[in-house]
Amino acid sequence: MTYEPVLLRRVGLERAQDIDVYERSGGYAALRRAVTDLTAEAVMAEVIASNLRGRGGAGFPTGRKWSFIPKDAPQKYLAVNADESEPGTFNNRVLIDADPHLLIEGILLCCYAVGIAHAYIYIRGENVPGARALERAVAQARARGYVGPRILGRDFACEIHVFRGAGAYICGEETALLESIEGRRPQPRSRPPFPAVVGLFGKPTVINNVETLACVPDIVDRGAAWFKGIGPEAAPGPKLYCLSGHVAAPGVYERPMGTSLRELIDAAGGVAGERALGFVIPGAAASTALRPDEIDVAMDFDSLRKIGTELGAGGIMVMDETVCIVDALERLARFFRHESCGKCVPCREGTVWQHEILKRIQAGRAGATDLPLLRTVSEQIGGKTLCALGDFAASPPLGAMRKFPEEFDQHLRGSCSKRQVDAVA
Amino acid sequence: MTSETATKIDELAARYPTRRAALLPALWAVQEGEGWISKADLAAVADRLGLAAADAEGVASFYFLFSRVPLGHTVIDVCDSLICQQNGAERLLHDVCARLGIRPGETTADGRYTVRRQECIAACHQAPAAQVDLEYRGPITDAAQLFA
Repeated sequence: MTYEPVLLRRVGLERAQDIDVYERSGGYAALRRAVTDLTAEAVMAEVIASNLRGRGGAGFPTGRKWSFIPKDAPQKYLAVNADESEPGTFNNRVLIDADPHLLIEGILLCCYAVGIAHAYIYIRGENVPGARALERAVAQARARGYVGPRILGRDFACEIHVFRGAGAYICGEETALLESIEGRRPQPRSRPPFPAVVGLFGKPTVINNVETLACVPDIVDRGAAWFKGIGPEAAPGPKLYCLSGHVAAPGVYERPMGTSLRELIDAAGGVAGERALGFVIPGAAASTALRPDEIDVAMDFDSLRKIGTELGAGGIMVMDETVCIVDALERLARFFRHESCGKCVPCREGTVWQHEILKRIQAGRAGATDLPLLRTVSEQIGGKTLCALGDFAASPPLGAMRKFPEEFDQHLRGSCSKRQVDAVA
Repeated sequence: MTSETATKIDELAARYPTRRAALLPALWAVQEGEGWISKADLAAVADRLGLAAADAEGVASFYFLFSRVPLGHTVIDVCDSLICQQNGAERLLHDVCARLGIRPGETTADGRYTVRRQECIAACHQAPAAQVDLEYRGPITDAAQLFA
């Protein structure tokens, strides 16, 4: 049976970013029904019942997150995380490009359910086309009465602000994102208090990923039971998987949550160039790489955690047999070193050490103490920082040393059989 | 700072619950208007928003896209993150730089081009990818495509 896309169903429609096209294909019907026929509580109950879990990577139940916001708080916010910057992920970008109004409608439904009058979409600074599309979509939605002081003539006010980042991965961390909007250095906050209590501008705040919110209009429109019928019951719904690297047709593939990694690689045309699979990084830069014999795993939060890795935001990086895992780790370690915000010592110092040790291993200059040192340094970062960036940096080398010991051994002996990444000064 | 920019900053400040929250939008206004953020402009932005110059400096310096030095008329950011690296980003970077006679991070003497290495730009499906004045390009099979 072919899967009928939900989130990407408007891809390929002419002028898909336009509100007319969106409305003609059923858009804003869920919002209209919600504000005219449903109470805020009913909308929230539907989202809770749907088991929708946050698509940013943590997989926290979305409805429950919404329910943490104190009802009587006079001022509360929604912060939409569109900062997408982790190597291997590009689904937010594709989704915003394909269907900006789907996100806007999801935002409005969240704000209606939680009683929020101001939403901020925090979009990474590089994504200029995305910010433009969203600005235009908000303006169009305002002109049709979906955004503003009395939405569809009802007692529901909501403004949506498009807020541009300026090039810092850490801003995708939810509290750093809040700091960034507030005009401070974007360094993560200590928790508690959690953003649901003290968030943006000190007020209770919901923080949701783009893809999470894009699921909401269809949950309201077609019901929680329909949503739960897609994929595993514990984490149902459509999922945007990003396939990149050595696949024949890289891109975003929408499939039910829990689709097997093998099926997804096949959907992207398989490994390119008649080569064999080397390894797969299943959940973007922060996840532990998988061996070719592990790709029958179901791509959902819980199944991947069971085998010691993560779904993350669904960034699947496929590497063919010519790629050295140490080379890949070195490059990712450079990323985390560069993006560490410097607030917590274990991450600030540890990511530098990880990268330096990996460079030695990569160059065949490592000594007998370097692998234990890399292990110790990584273990000293994980779980010892204010935010997850520390854990993200810690786990890939630890996982790879466990799963690909032979490649490390080769490097320690000074002979890697894999292709060298073309290093041109 | 021109009076036009100053007015724009006041307008931005009125949109948010605090004047400080207009800092990033204001820095963007300067970055896009002037092509970079000079010490004087940064101090003027800070002053306009009621912040200490050093405070605003600490924020601005955190972000890659806020340049504290003048940039070329056209800025080429080549992604060299894992997926692009595996798809020939170093070769591309080399070719772009060779064409211009500069190294990554430099600006041509005539001020026409700046080339920078960039971390992942969320274009892994377009690898090797780049941005020309923040517009996405890729996959790039020949450096010449970036100058077309």
